[in-house]
Amino acid sequence: MSLYRDEGVVLRTHKLGEADRIITVLTKRTGKIRGVAKGVRRTMSRFGARLEPFTHIDLQLHTGRTLDVVTQVETIRPYGEALIADYPRYTAGSAMLETADRLIMGEKEPALRQFLLLVGGLRALSAGEHEARLVLDAYFLRSLAVAGYAPALVECARCEGPAVRAFAIVAGGAVCGNCRPAGAAVPAGETLALMNALLKGDWPAADASEARHRAECSGLVAAYLQWHLEHGIRSLRHVEREPAT
Amino acid sequence: MYEGVVQNLIDELGMLPGVGPKSAQRIAFHLLAAEPADVKRLAHALLEVKEKVRFCRVCGNVAAEEECRICRDARRDPHVICVVEESKDVVAIEKTREFRGRYHVLGGAISPIDGVGPDDLRIRELMTRLADGRVTELIIATDPNLEGEATATYLARLVKPMGLKVTRLASGLPVGGDLEYADEVTLGRAFEGRRLLDV
Ligand SMILES: [Zn+2]
Ligand SMILES: [Zn+2]
Repeated sequence: MSLYRDEGVVLRTHKLGEADRIITVLTKRTGKIRGVAKGVRRTMSRFGARLEPFTHIDLQLHTGRTLDVVTQVETIRPYGEALIADYPRYTAGSAMLETADRLIMGEKEPALRQFLLLVGGLRALSAGEHEARLVLDAYFLRSLAVAGYAPALVECARCEGPAVRAFAIVAGGAVCGNCRPAGAAVPAGETLALMNALLKGDWPAADASEARHRAECSGLVAAYLQWHLEHGIRSLRHVEREPAT
Repeated sequence: MYEGVVQNLIDELGMLPGVGPKSAQRIAFHLLAAEPADVKRLAHALLEVKEKVRFCRVCGNVAAEEECRICRDARRDPHVICVVEESKDVVAIEKTREFRGRYHVLGGAISPIDGVGPDDLRIRELMTRLADGRVTELIIATDPNLEGEATATYLARLVKPMGLKVTRLASGLPVGGDLEYADEVTLGRAFEGRRLLDV
C-alpha cells in the first residue's frame, strides 16, 4: 500500500454502510479521486466536518485495492459555511460541484485547470461580489472551454464570418444568417455579449447587464452545457436567482 | 450474471441502501440456502411493514394509525415543534427525554445534487401547521452536516415573517455526523443549549 498526499475540493459524499462515507474529490495534482473515510458519521470522528462538499482540503490517502482510504485531512478553506447561509449561492455551488464531477469523467487523470476553475468559482460565490447565477454561468462556460467545448460567441461557429444572428447548440454556438440551422434560438445581441464577457472574465461588463439578458444567457448556457454532457445536471432545476436589485 | 430469477433478486437487493453488488450476491445465496419457512417469514415482514405502517398525517413520523403516538398524546406541548430529517431522528431525540413538544419529519434534507429541493420535502405541510399561530418555537434539529445546515437556514428564512422563535441545536454535536448516532447525553445537552437562529 502506498501513501499519497494532495489538496482538493470535496465534490460529493455518499453514505457507505453504517458509519463510513465515500468521498469524491477533485484534487490539484491527481485529478478526480474517490476514497473511503471510515467512521466519519459516528459522533467521535476526527474529520467528519472536513469531508463535507465544498470544502477545500489537504488530504492523505492510502492506495487501496478498490477504494483509497483517507488517513488524514486538514481544512484549507471551508467554502460550504458561506454557501449554506444563502440559498441561491448554495444551489449555484451545488450545480458547480455536480458539473465538475460530470465533466471530469476519468479518475486519477490530472485536471489542474478544472481544479483551479472550481476553486475560483467557489471563492467568487462565497465572496458574494457578483450575482450567484452569473458566477455559475461563468463557471459553466469556462469549464466547457477547458474541456474543449467553448461556444463560438463573436464569430459564426460554422463559417467564422462576422455577422452573428442566432445561437445553435448543435452548430457549436453563435451562427450567422447564412449558416443558421432551422430552429436556432435568436437571443438579444446583449445576451451574446454577456456570455462572451462571462467566458472572458470581463466582470464590469457582466455586472452591468440587465436581468432579462441574464435570464436568457442562463437558459442558453444551461442548454449548451447539458447537450455536451449528454445528461441533465440535477442541481440546475433547484438553482434560484437572487431577487433583482 | 446468474439465471433470471437469481439475478433479479441480486438486482433488487443491490438497490437497498448500503448494499453493494457483492453483499447483494452474498445475501441472495444466503436466502437460497435458507429454510423455506425462514424466507417466508422475512417476505411476510416486508409485506406487512408496507401494509400496516404509514406516515402520520400531521407530522410525517412513521405511525401505526392515521396519527402517530406523539401527535395523539395530549400531554405533549403543542407550542413547540422540533423539525427533523427522518423518523429515526425522532427515536434518537425521544431517548434523551429532554423534549416534550411535537415533531415534524421532513423526509430528508435539501440536496440539489441529489435532485432534492424544498418541494420534495414536507415543508409545505410544516407551513400549514404553523399558520394558526399556535406554535411559538421551532427547533430545527436537522443533521449537523452541510445539507442539514442548508435546510436549517432555508427554513429559518422561510418562517421568519411569522415571528416565531427559531432555534438550532447547540454546537457540540459533531459536524458531519448523523443525528441518530449522537449519544443521548450529547444530544440532550444540545437541546438544553439550543441557540437562536438569526437570519
Ligand atoms: Zn456562418
Ligand atoms: Zn405525528
